[in-house]
Amino acid sequence: MDWASLYDPAMLQTLALTLKLAGVTTVVLLIIGTPLAWWLAQPGGLSKDVVGTVVSLPIVLPPTVLGFYLLIAMGPNSPLTALLGQKLSFTFAGLVVGSVVYSLPFVVNPIRNSFTAMGPRPMEVAATLRASPWDAFRTVALPLALPGISTGAILGFAHTVGEFGVVLMIGGAIPGRTKVLSVTIFDYVETLEWNKAHLLAGLMLVLSFAVILAMMLIERRLGARGGARP
Amino acid sequence: MIHASFKGRIGGFVLDAEFEALGHGVTALFGPSGCGKTTVLRCMAGLTRLPDGQLTVGAKTWQAGRKFTPIHRRAVGYVFQEASLFAHLSVRDNLCYGLKRAKGPLRVGEEEVVSLLGIAPLFERPTATLSGGERQRVAIGRALLSQPELLLMDEPLSALDRLSREEILPYLERLHARLEMPVILVSHDMTEVERLADRLVLMERGRVRAEGPLAPMLADPDLPLIHRPDLASVLEGEVVAVDDAYGLSQIAVPGGVIVVPGRLGPAGARRRMRIPAADVSLGRNPPSDTTILNALPATILSAEPEPNGSPLITVRLKLGRETGGALLLARISRKSWDSLGFAPGEPIVARLKATSLSHPSTSMETAPDWQEDDDVRD
Repeated sequence: MDWASLYDPAMLQTLALTLKLAGVTTVVLLIIGTPLAWWLAQPGGLSKDVVGTVVSLPIVLPPTVLGFYLLIAMGPNSPLTALLGQKLSFTFAGLVVGSVVYSLPFVVNPIRNSFTAMGPRPMEVAATLRASPWDAFRTVALPLALPGISTGAILGFAHTVGEFGVVLMIGGAIPGRTKVLSVTIFDYVETLEWNKAHLLAGLMLVLSFAVILAMMLIERRLGARGGARP
Repeated sequence: MIHASFKGRIGGFVLDAEFEALGHGVTALFGPSGCGKTTVLRCMAGLTRLPDGQLTVGAKTWQAGRKFTPIHRRAVGYVFQEASLFAHLSVRDNLCYGLKRAKGPLRVGEEEVVSLLGIAPLFERPTATLSGGERQRVAIGRALLSQPELLLMDEPLSALDRLSREEILPYLERLHARLEMPVILVSHDMTEVERLADRLVLMERGRVRAEGPLAPMLADPDLPLIHRPDLASVLEGEVVAVDDAYGLSQIAVPGGVIVVPGRLGPAGARRRMRIPAADVSLGRNPPSDTTILNALPATILSAEPEPNGSPLITVRLKLGRETGGALLLARISRKSWDSLGFAPGEPIVARLKATSLSHPSTSMETAPDWQEDDDVRD
């Protein structure tokens, strides 16, 4: 087979864009998701159940449904657009916002579980040892939740890489701006460029395998440090 | 001086407790599981907030009316039932977590705590591999190093097996002897209380039933403590002589001198003895032909028959013939009491076997909890 003929500059472009999108999304998710997970892990009333449910919605909603609402929220007539002074749909920033919403449960839930498993005791101990709430969060809660945080980061990254429906709804497929890997594969199949589709799909397969394997190895490594023993 | 008062409702539980503790020594909060003693301790630390609470420690008021000092601004050390070491930190980082954050003058140094609690050999080991007793020692050291003005201990031994308990008790007794800071010890185990406490606050169903110095509380005929099956008196005295050849020590207590097995010197050292009431017998004359080492003149104060038609009677004695003698408890059969015709006020001779005495540094007595349940939390 003539591998050179498979080379397509669009391929590198789409790969770079996909990794950039997943990277930025993961960072945003960790910044938003960690405090959110902490809040959700504290005992509380109905408001936490409601927010927890909203966070988990993207797991069950068809991506097209989510994408549809996001498209409306980012469209020319939405309050969000009025607030920002420009519309987010069909932009990279819009893709990040969509991906954050779409991958939120995959980051928040593992971190939340880590915080819950930790229980209130370590924070109580830290407080009796003169640590202010922020100090205790930083030096006790975060390190103890590290397995959950790394799982969340990896899942969030991988889930964003594999995103298709939401991206298509809010981003279209503008090369270099919003055309990500999964959309490119879809295009190759549509235009009967099977070999190129093979190459990219295989790449995705290897990447996903590596991600899950890395996740398990990291978890075992962190787990060996002891978790939250009494 | 420490004054604490907490009133309020937590779930279905009503707490209405008020007591005082001395500015030094160990005050035990004692009572059955579910009586609210752990809640009181959590309120003192600021871990639980009851709106109607008041707490002053020395010159500082930590809670009063609307004033509520947050936990991390209170100079308290708290030892939880489970050691709760930070799994992600080394033994040394655990130990020094509070020390790094402590404010004010250094009262206890790392070296002193490490040697008091025998922690040095643990530094090399991963935190997760420490035994229960070792973990609790590190936790106690960690609390001490946060430079507390008040040390709160919530049944620090109850999560441990008996061997680990016996491993830690001597360390606690050393702390008790060496450190100045006041300690509030929550316990439902009389053995712990007898060995460590100076003052007792007896709790029942969310209220303080009685409070006072340990020895008189243990012998108070109006309190249920006098009827516990493993009744014992606690006497404190000073070593006056050590018989090296026979391995015996003489300890002077108010009203008499007691011979105790073991070389407990040096002379002048203060020692605490636990004398089981069942090992004290009474007679009118000094024994002439017996293996009993201790025959002490004493005076009968009163006698309390055990309830429910028990064959036993508990006799409260004071050592010596003068006032001010130490309280001694004897539990004998009612039959002997009646047939010998003893009466309150009568001078008698109390006999105790030297081998029945236990003292802090050698005692290995079992720890039967006189309360029916041994729940972890209340």
